[in-house]
Amino acid sequence: MSKEKIFEKGFFLVAFSSISILALIAFFIFEEGVPLIWRTGARTFLLGERWFPSQGSFGIFPMIVGSFWVTLGALIVGVPLGVACAVFLCELTHPSVSLVLRPTIQLLAAIPSVIYGFWGLIVLVPLIRNTMGGPGLSVLAGSLVLGIMILPTIISISEDSLRALPRTFKEGALSLGATHWQTIWRVLLPASRSGIVASVILGMGRAIGETMAMIMILGNAVQMPNSILDSTRTLTTNIGIEMGYATGDHRQALFATGVVLFFITMGLNTLALFISGRRRT
Amino acid sequence: MGIRNPLNWVCACAFFLLTAFPAGCLKPQGGLTVAGSTSVQPFAEVLAEEYMAGHSQEKIYVQGGGSSAGIQAVRTEAAQVGMSSRALMPEERDLIGVPIAYDAIAIIIHPGNPLTDLSIDQIKRIFSRQLTNWSEAGGRNHPITLVTREEGSGTRESFQHLIMGKTEISLAALVQDSNGAIRQVVADDPNAIGYISLGLVNDRVKALKIDSVEANVENIKKHRYTFVRPFLFVFKADPQGLAKNFLEYILSPEGQKLLVQEGLVSVATIADSPKGS
Repeated sequence: MSKEKIFEKGFFLVAFSSISILALIAFFIFEEGVPLIWRTGARTFLLGERWFPSQGSFGIFPMIVGSFWVTLGALIVGVPLGVACAVFLCELTHPSVSLVLRPTIQLLAAIPSVIYGFWGLIVLVPLIRNTMGGPGLSVLAGSLVLGIMILPTIISISEDSLRALPRTFKEGALSLGATHWQTIWRVLLPASRSGIVASVILGMGRAIGETMAMIMILGNAVQMPNSILDSTRTLTTNIGIEMGYATGDHRQALFATGVVLFFITMGLNTLALFISGRRRT
Repeated sequence: MGIRNPLNWVCACAFFLLTAFPAGCLKPQGGLTVAGSTSVQPFAEVLAEEYMAGHSQEKIYVQGGGSSAGIQAVRTEAAQVGMSSRALMPEERDLIGVPIAYDAIAIIIHPGNPLTDLSIDQIKRIFSRQLTNWSEAGGRNHPITLVTREEGSGTRESFQHLIMGKTEISLAALVQDSNGAIRQVVADDPNAIGYISLGLVNDRVKALKIDSVEANVENIKKHRYTFVRPFLFVFKADPQGLAKNFLEYILSPEGQKLLVQEGLVSVATIADSPKGS
């Protein structure tokens, strides 16, 4: 066998091992979690509002709702900022400025989430408690921090899709007499819509999956928030905060929470792939 | 460059070794691993430090993880000694639990809150959210911020068992995953109420009297403050070797004195108490 072949097989094995690890993880989550969902009943588990694992009540509906609100809040903060930033980097600034800005934004993604959480806890939470009332550990604080955390994802993917547009789009619009702003708003943004939507969905996946920072900022109460100043718990923080102490059915219920999370993130990623794939064909 | 460059292979191998090496070291050879309750952990660390100061060739590793995780670790022999901040449950009775000290649970509020005393009934109603404003418990007109531990925590189970009884802790309570985190939230929020180990109460929070009985060692000795739980060392079989020596050190007058200095109640003080377990 030639050296080329050996390397080819070697790299195939490496690539395959990453897929098999994914399969193994999925298998173990399902093996641990599905029996409990089966015993509790999918309806009671997904729509139940009582979470008292030590007494055998496993209802994760408040966590699903909590995840939804916090993620929505993060998107409200992160999407306008992120897309505006991408437009600025592509269209409105000198290339030398974006040469400095781009790595800085990518650095945001390199900050460990526990640091974001710590910052939120020390700066945002007291600020919210003192100015707006409530415990401060709240959906609002969580959304603000998450909104910043998903910025790198949204900016870099939106920017890529703006840059991938043919030059002729911009040239055509400008030569027809459109102003620069009209070109951006009417031509470039609609044309790169699918890339921007994909960036939003990937950012959403990032937001739903975030755990450490949210454990520190959300307050983790098992309730559906009535206002943005209320505390809530997401699916991930439910696993993160209780894993250390859980045994037996309680542990399985946390794996079952993982199963629900697995489906949500898989769904989102598939959707993102589908949308960005449609753009290329 | 690329895959044929031997340097890349060296780098890859070095990376592999770096990541694989610590994994192989997770279970220390020849030392004693003590794992479990985060309530017991700080005290066990102090004890281990003192013990190792006198026996420099011995190594004791203290890890957290929680009471249930510690008990599980003893069962699977990942740790030789488990720490538990609650009594063993019926299905855990095949293991051996030795009380090393007793600890009281204190109800804490912000030092700026003028309240000093609550009845058990008021505490129950506050933690089940039947009372949501401090004025309903004789305090200022501010909403109450409840702070509790997560499900499965030894401190939560003890609080539920000793104080709440059958009453459920409200799901709307904020949940923090350690004594320290609860103390932090209560110290920061003027309207908060929570519960932690008496030994961990400091001047940033205020421990409430319960039914006019102050939470201190004197009242615990007299069995007047009865919200007391055992700190257990859990073994799979009768302890041998280092585990046995360490346990004997902890139960010796010297070890017990150290624990009392750290704010716990010695085994001898409670030994004859009917409420001791």
